[in-house]
Amino acid sequence: MNWLAIASIVSAALAVSFGAIGPALAEGRAVAAAMDAIARQPEAANTISRTLFVGLAMIETMAIYCLVIALLLLFANPLLK
Amino acid sequence: MTSPLVNLPLFHIGPAPITEPVLVTWAIMAALVLVGVLVSRRLTLVPSATQAAIELVVDAVDGAIRDTMRAEPAPYRAMIGTLFVFIFVANWSSLIPGVAPPTAHIETDAALALIVFLAVIWFGVRASGVRGYLSTFASPNPIMIPLNFVESLTRTFSLLVRLFGNVMSGVFVVGVVLSLAGLFVPIPLMALELLTGAVQAYIFAVLAMVFIAGAIGEGRPASDASEERTPP
Repeated sequence: MNWLAIASIVSAALAVSFGAIGPALAEGRAVAAAMDAIARQPEAANTISRTLFVGLAMIETMAIYCLVIALLLLFANPLLK
Repeated sequence: MTSPLVNLPLFHIGPAPITEPVLVTWAIMAALVLVGVLVSRRLTLVPSATQAAIELVVDAVDGAIRDTMRAEPAPYRAMIGTLFVFIFVANWSSLIPGVAPPTAHIETDAALALIVFLAVIWFGVRASGVRGYLSTFASPNPIMIPLNFVESLTRTFSLLVRLFGNVMSGVFVVGVVLSLAGLFVPIPLMALELLTGAVQAYIFAVLAMVFIAGAIGEGRPASDASEERTPP
């Protein structure tokens, strides 16, 4: 195993781990704010939770991008061919 | 471990290689069409149990379209409903042993995202004409034209990567745990995967609605939206 392969594996792990931090914090804040809003205004729960789901999907995409980069590094690495 | 990015062709029809996701997609399409034809053949005013179940699904789709797009659901019901039901069934098709969900391969998701991309253009042109639709790219001012073009491409791409990443990562994690731990250990993960699949189908449909509503809604006055949302 050469250095390029080792670097690819390490950077794939780094991409997933650090890429998960930001979206995790962001989703926590989003859910906390939505809980707060529902507690204040329970009759708007439907609208809030629908918007929350869409927003969470948007935030989660950032983590998914990191996952896709990691997969590209592991399985479709152009440098290792 | 096999890469989630490659597909091996099972057999060939003429020059076209047929892979497993394509076969599963065809099976799902056939099953959905069969259910649709069988259920809608004898519609009665007093519904039977199956008809009531299907009406519940249609009603839920209608309600979601009305809430999200603030528009009458009739022109969008067929496309949004089909997208939701297809992705839902495709994500849950992993319940059948030996079947991998076709949405765990990037080609299926690319096709679905392309459908949404073209539908946005189609509904936008139909609502306000070619000129009106193109002028939405120049709002709020012409400096935004390149950004708006890039946005319409990247949101399609993120739609595709979101569905692919979520479903594929679930399949992948189940495979890894299965190869490490044993036969019955990944069952909780599979249950989590069913939840993710349902949520992702919902989110795909909602985002398609949001994109279409953005394309049709920018020429419309915004005042009618606030009136129907009065609290009870």
